[in-house]
Amino acid sequence: MSRRKTERLLNLVICLLATRRPLSAEQIRHAVPGYDRDGDEAFQRMFERDKNELREIGVPIEVHRDPWEEEPGYRIAPEAYELPEITLEPDEAAVLGLAARVWQRASLAEAASGALLKLRAGGVATDEPALGGGGALELRVDTRDPAFPAFWEAVRDRRAVRFGYRVAAGESVLTRTVEPWGVVSRRGKWYLAGHDRDRDAPRVFRLSRVVGQVTPLGRPGAVVVPEGVDLRAMVSPWDESPSEPPVRRTATLRVRKGTCQGVRQIAAAVREGDGEWDEADLTFIDPARFAVWMASLGPDAQVLGPPDARDAVIATLKGAYESNGTEAGR
Amino acid sequence: MSSTADRLPRLLALVPYLMSHQGAPVAEVAEVFGLSEKQLIDDLQLVWMCGLPGHTPGDLIDVSWDGGEILIENAETIARPLRLGIDEASALLVALRLMNELPLAELPEPEQRDALTRVIAKLERAAGDGAAAVSSQVAVEVDAAPGALATVNEALRRGRRLSLRYYAPARDQVTSREVDPLRVVVVDGRTYLSGWCYRAEAVRLFRLDRVQDATVLDVPAAPPEGAEPTDVTQGVFRPSPTDELAELELTPAGRWVAEYYPCESVEELGEGRLRVTLRARDTGWMVRLALRLGETGRIVAPAALAARAREQAGVALALYDDRP
Repeated sequence: MSRRKTERLLNLVICLLATRRPLSAEQIRHAVPGYDRDGDEAFQRMFERDKNELREIGVPIEVHRDPWEEEPGYRIAPEAYELPEITLEPDEAAVLGLAARVWQRASLAEAASGALLKLRAGGVATDEPALGGGGALELRVDTRDPAFPAFWEAVRDRRAVRFGYRVAAGESVLTRTVEPWGVVSRRGKWYLAGHDRDRDAPRVFRLSRVVGQVTPLGRPGAVVVPEGVDLRAMVSPWDESPSEPPVRRTATLRVRKGTCQGVRQIAAAVREGDGEWDEADLTFIDPARFAVWMASLGPDAQVLGPPDARDAVIATLKGAYESNGTEAGR
Repeated sequence: MSSTADRLPRLLALVPYLMSHQGAPVAEVAEVFGLSEKQLIDDLQLVWMCGLPGHTPGDLIDVSWDGGEILIENAETIARPLRLGIDEASALLVALRLMNELPLAELPEPEQRDALTRVIAKLERAAGDGAAAVSSQVAVEVDAAPGALATVNEALRRGRRLSLRYYAPARDQVTSREVDPLRVVVVDGRTYLSGWCYRAEAVRLFRLDRVQDATVLDVPAAPPEGAEPTDVTQGVFRPSPTDELAELELTPAGRWVAEYYPCESVEELGEGRLRVTLRARDTGWMVRLALRLGETGRIVAPAALAARAREQAGVALALYDDRP
């Protein structure tokens, strides 16, 4: 934005805030320096653009259409423009300062610091973010997924979105059209929860599997979030959902002495054995997930049973044996 | 907020700031707004050209910065900042709700819970319905407070050294260490202790749910001068550039590796397959990853690491009497 334009827009804001009755475009043209020298058409275009830019940064320009006036009138109502009076106690300012530093990525970090700046400009004593080094607690949330800003906007604007989505562990990328209800971060991963139009059902999508651009669809405000929808419940995985109680089984394994600390930590029982091995009982739900963990322990663990878990470990180890080191130096 | 596109919003905050901080030093204001002093003076010169219609000297905003202290007059029309935008208010509200969800033990001082409730209410009132609605649609889940947290907070409050028994999954080892606590850090809903570790002789990050046992020692914490809490702005996994770089090929079923670990490069090979490079903090960890992947991934380089994974898989298979 050029200096001249910034000056013009600032004068326009002051002019529209100062007036009690709405001003016509023609009156504004005479009152605000920077418009006066242009022809009618150029002025109209410039004025349209200026109004849009002001609205984009959140300036509420009112349009008044009176039946007895030919031209619409414009003004900014101070009560709609101004930050309401707000005062914070020192302890409130401290937690607000902490909150303003939570976001790590550009879009929300800038929004948070912009908000803090407005509050300080309004005379609110906020905790100085630059002095944050001293606190005993720090909170951070990362929104590293490229799709995050687009989903945030879609949630904010209540607009449907269309995006490419890689199926779990699959090679194909499908197109999904979703009415977003919300985004949730769970254990360091972001999820979008909403109504999947293609499947006509509520669905959850992992942001890290979104491929390419996210396209907003339809009018803003069109998406209706159903009353009482529980976003967190939607993203918790099946094995934690009380409606489908998981089947827990117990595996018996041999663990080499002095190794497998992680297993020993959560084992239901560890029996000391003779020689180099101890025996442990471990609860598991999904044999496939259990097997890859056991395989990662290599020669330090041996699953004795049940047979399906044992076979799954053997299959994983065979896979690792065959895929590694056979085409070395390729 | 230093690019030119942000200039108007900045000016609309700068004028109210100056009005409520009459006589503020140029250097201080520049710092608050993230500007150089020269940029700030340039902003002041622009403001000085603006004012009410008519634009006679009596209509214009009057700013002076003689002697380095900024005085402003005749700017009553824009004396209040613009109200918070939906993004601005939501960014703060989502963060505050996240803090409100922390288990009580997580807050250094329990009274902060009360302050949180009050500030959320005030901000919601100032921001209007839109932001309140959005902020309830964006949630960050927080894991339950790990058992060690109360002990860690006590040590922080009293300035004492801690004794920890810590499980490090990368090495599959439990070690005992003495640590001078510096700060509790909650990243993406998980709680860590950042502290000076006497075993590593460096600042280390400990995931609190992996602390098996924590005791407050009767020794004052005395971290070396200049020991700063871990910088987590780039994430909690921070492999060192001196760690060995490994190259892996992943089938579609092995793509999760690229989601879970910070990769230096990720290349699509078609049909959903990936080639990634990542730094191995520990070669044992990389071998365990290869074993876990089974047929869904393989180490391409270094060749010695691939050979080690193959050898370990072979020894493990021999246990099952299933020698390949």
